[in-house]
Amino acid sequence: MKISYYPGCTLKSNAKNFEDSALCSLKNLGVEVEELPRWNCCGTVFSLATDDLIHHVAPIRNLLRVKESNSNRVMTLCAMCYNTLKRANERVKSDPESLDKINKFMYRENIEYEGDVKIFHLLELLRDEIKFENIAKKVIKPLKNLRIANYYGCMLVRPKEVGLDDVENPTVLEDLVSALEGDPVDFPYKTECCGAYQTVDKPEMVADRTYHILTSAQNQGADIVSVSCPLCAFNLDHRQKETIQKHPEFKHMPILYFTQILALALGCSEKDLRFDLHYIDPKPILKEKGLI
Amino acid sequence: MRINLSQRKTKDDFVLKVQELSGQNLLACYQCGKCSAGCPAVSQMDILPNQIIRYAQLGFKDELLKSKAIWVCASCMTCNARCPKGINIAEVIEALRQILLRKRMDHVKLDKLTDEEKENVPPIALVSNFRKFTS
Repeated sequence: MKISYYPGCTLKSNAKNFEDSALCSLKNLGVEVEELPRWNCCGTVFSLATDDLIHHVAPIRNLLRVKESNSNRVMTLCAMCYNTLKRANERVKSDPESLDKINKFMYRENIEYEGDVKIFHLLELLRDEIKFENIAKKVIKPLKNLRIANYYGCMLVRPKEVGLDDVENPTVLEDLVSALEGDPVDFPYKTECCGAYQTVDKPEMVADRTYHILTSAQNQGADIVSVSCPLCAFNLDHRQKETIQKHPEFKHMPILYFTQILALALGCSEKDLRFDLHYIDPKPILKEKGLI
Repeated sequence: MRINLSQRKTKDDFVLKVQELSGQNLLACYQCGKCSAGCPAVSQMDILPNQIIRYAQLGFKDELLKSKAIWVCASCMTCNARCPKGINIAEVIEALRQILLRKRMDHVKLDKLTDEEKENVPPIALVSNFRKFTS
């Protein structure tokens, strides 16, 4: 299986641990991943104003790059890229007039976009194509006794039209953890917004969210929280610095990408996990559980 | 609090503009309050999401455009997912932000951010913040 892959900005910088662990996992699962030879920013957020076509140009241009690489589907890892690309695609598919306008705006491109690229997330590939039962067979290091709270955030599940699982009670991450023989922990904050980009100008507000989300996971007995979005990862991990300043009783908690957990179970080495990019070091708990 | 209702306000272009930019029928709202009940940002808001819809129906332009609430919303879409009338409240709030941003009234001033604030956050945070809060 060969897959076209769109990384997005943060997977190449702050979230290199997300990318490296995903690529190592896919290699171990026998999937060949080909990064698009050219790509640009997806825009990070889908434009919600009805007349704001110009901000759909960036995501649609990326879909042209997919066509140019002789593929009709593209995989994303970042939840925000997934949401923005998929929603922009749905928008132009349902509205030929805006597709035509966007194509005219991109008149220097060699081909026109026709709405025919499928955007999917790594979790969909794992669940629907590779399938969790086959992943379970490739587990080298079972995640025995590791209690993992799975945090979805917003962009993987909302809105319903582009969400990859149930909008209120998604379970795909829990099912993956079970396949890796870990211990999934349910908690009520799993789809509650982390504050997203408010982290730039209102970090104290994000620190409060981090406090509530992580305390809830701790109350359910979780050892770590797994995430699937680089912005959630930053807010839940790095903003713990501000969280503990505001809430002195708060206890630090390691945050890992679901791909790092997967990579760990599939036998990837520590160089693919890039723990150096974390604010809260996950190594002590992983050592305690005998996983590294 | 005294609230003055007037036809001048409800028939103002502002109401039409909000409906057009958001693509939503404001009058579909029957004030069940589910949007505010589920909103994770509600504790920071001066006007709650269900009140935003009511204010928009009534053309309370000044109250809405100077509210803190429209900048506290992070478009997490929980309200949209739960509205029993299918109203996209997040789109209505986006319309209100757009009305200000399109007059170059930015919420985040790039020159006011310190180097430290910019360097410490990942690109995904900066790009999305500037997309939502600057013109």
